[in-house]
Amino acid sequence: MSAQNINISYSSPTQLILLRFLRHRAAVASVLVLVALGLVALAAPLVEAFLNVDSNEVDLLNIFAAPSASNPLGTDELGRDELVRLLYGGRVSLVAGLATALISALIGTVIGLLAGYYGGLLDRLLMRLTDSVIALPLLPLLIVLAAVDLSKLGLPPDLATSPEISLYRIVVIISLVGWTTVARLVRGAALTLRERDFVLAARSLGASGPRIMLRHILPNAISPIIVATTLSVGNIILLESVLSFLGLGIQPPFASWGNMLTVAQEKIYEAPMLAIYPGLLIFATVIAFNFLGDGLQDAHDPRAHDR
Amino acid sequence: MTRYVVGRLFESVLVLALMSFVIYALIALMPGDPIDIMVQSNPDLTPEDAARLKALYGLDKPIFERYWNWLTAAAERDFGYSRIHSRPVLEVMGPRLANTGLLMGLALVLSLAIALPVGIYSALRPYSASDYAINFLALAGISVPVFWLALMLIVIFAVTLNWLPAGGMETIGSEAQGFTWMLDRARYLVLPVIALSVASIGGLTRYVRAAMMEVMRQDYIRTARAKGASRARVVLLHALRNAMISVVTILALSFGTLFSGALVTEAMFSYLGMGKLIYDSIIGNDYNMALVSLMFATALVLASNLLADLCYVWLDPRVHY
Repeated sequence: MSAQNINISYSSPTQLILLRFLRHRAAVASVLVLVALGLVALAAPLVEAFLNVDSNEVDLLNIFAAPSASNPLGTDELGRDELVRLLYGGRVSLVAGLATALISALIGTVIGLLAGYYGGLLDRLLMRLTDSVIALPLLPLLIVLAAVDLSKLGLPPDLATSPEISLYRIVVIISLVGWTTVARLVRGAALTLRERDFVLAARSLGASGPRIMLRHILPNAISPIIVATTLSVGNIILLESVLSFLGLGIQPPFASWGNMLTVAQEKIYEAPMLAIYPGLLIFATVIAFNFLGDGLQDAHDPRAHDR
Repeated sequence: MTRYVVGRLFESVLVLALMSFVIYALIALMPGDPIDIMVQSNPDLTPEDAARLKALYGLDKPIFERYWNWLTAAAERDFGYSRIHSRPVLEVMGPRLANTGLLMGLALVLSLAIALPVGIYSALRPYSASDYAINFLALAGISVPVFWLALMLIVIFAVTLNWLPAGGMETIGSEAQGFTWMLDRARYLVLPVIALSVASIGGLTRYVRAAMMEVMRQDYIRTARAKGASRARVVLLHALRNAMISVVTILALSFGTLFSGALVTEAMFSYLGMGKLIYDSIIGNDYNMALVSLMFATALVLASNLLADLCYVWLDPRVHY
């Protein structure tokens, strides 16, 4: 592989991966879409100021307004500007999705490293746990988890039902089930990496297990972690949106694409467009993350390139 | 082989037992309890009465003891009454299971009927324009939120075009019998089956494509070609049979995902299946119903996973345990 590289060009492995990634046009387009989505969501207060509207201001004389200069996408069932609501909803959906994906990746990495490096009984136990979580009917269980009364777990009642808690709760419960893909891939990588000479060298120099895992195995297993995390973001956003849609995820007054659709469904005859925008945004975000993951996977897997 | 089967069986039972406790504990953590609900609907009950009732039904006992009591009652086929339906939970669940079975079965048949030919077509022309187009569509299929797809289907085909009903099981008050009745039910099934199938068509197409491409690289395919077997024979007999091993396995493994999709679909179309039963009983604080239907769904999914593993061993003579 390396001899061949020298003959063709002097690209480093990272450059090769980048080159392969850039050839995956759908993945590159996805990056652009995601960056654009992220930027406009970030700019929500600016858009709000520019349009001179308030995302939380209820105007019952101006509900379901048609698109106009001050309300580019019209207004919702309470007369709030739809565009600005979509942007704020995007912030919540994207942040919740990314935070969940990162926490899931962290859990998965720890479990995968432990199972792959130590092997034996620990490996068998952790992998059976992983298989069992994969095997479960996730959505019904997430619905029960979302319905759990936190005050029964000792949280003060007013805090337990606050909208802020709903944000953290959804991140936590989806993380509880979202780590399995990363765990499996990291375990696979750790299994092969622990047999390598540099790990043997580190061990013979007296490095401890945790140190070998963190300093020697983890850096070499980073690409499967990135691929698996990217691929899981799409799924996580879908789960978040369906739970919020069912009224069990992110609670109003926080707008999220999922809970915006709950109201839109009830008002589907009066304002069908309100049901289309949030869904399209979820769809676009999820498909972009999936293409991005696809592109990263191809870029890291030289075998996929016998085209 | 026997040892493997027994081992897996034992393991599945163990996971189920563990999950049944987890589910029991989670249901116990849902807001309120049956007596709280009685107090709400009957203002004559004093707090002392409520406390006495809770003691009478053992609701003040620790969770392990309550679980054990539930388990011993369940062993004698006493699963309690549904609060919403006012009937024994097993009686409520029976027809729901059949409905969900019908919905999921049809979705599975539709998914296979589309994903198999499309996936094979795609695998035989890797990196062609049509392969890219198929991959794009398949990825779009797994990326679309099921509830939104259902909403759009309702808006287009039920509200705007008025071709199909927006939800329900059959025309209410219809006295139709025999064939007309079946036709009527079929009309109510079209949109839910489509909504449920889109994601699995996407996922399955990608999987069939990957499995076929993997198989087509094998030496025995080259041998078959070299000895002069026709292309159709090579693809359908030599390649497909081997690719099907992993496809069958993934089908059984994706049962849990399909069930999650069925829950959303049933809730969207008011389709009276297991998924809607679970959702309604959790939302409506129907503790007994939620408990039993969730455990049953979990058991079904675990059984299908066990089946997947056994299928794999049975179908692939190269795998030995």
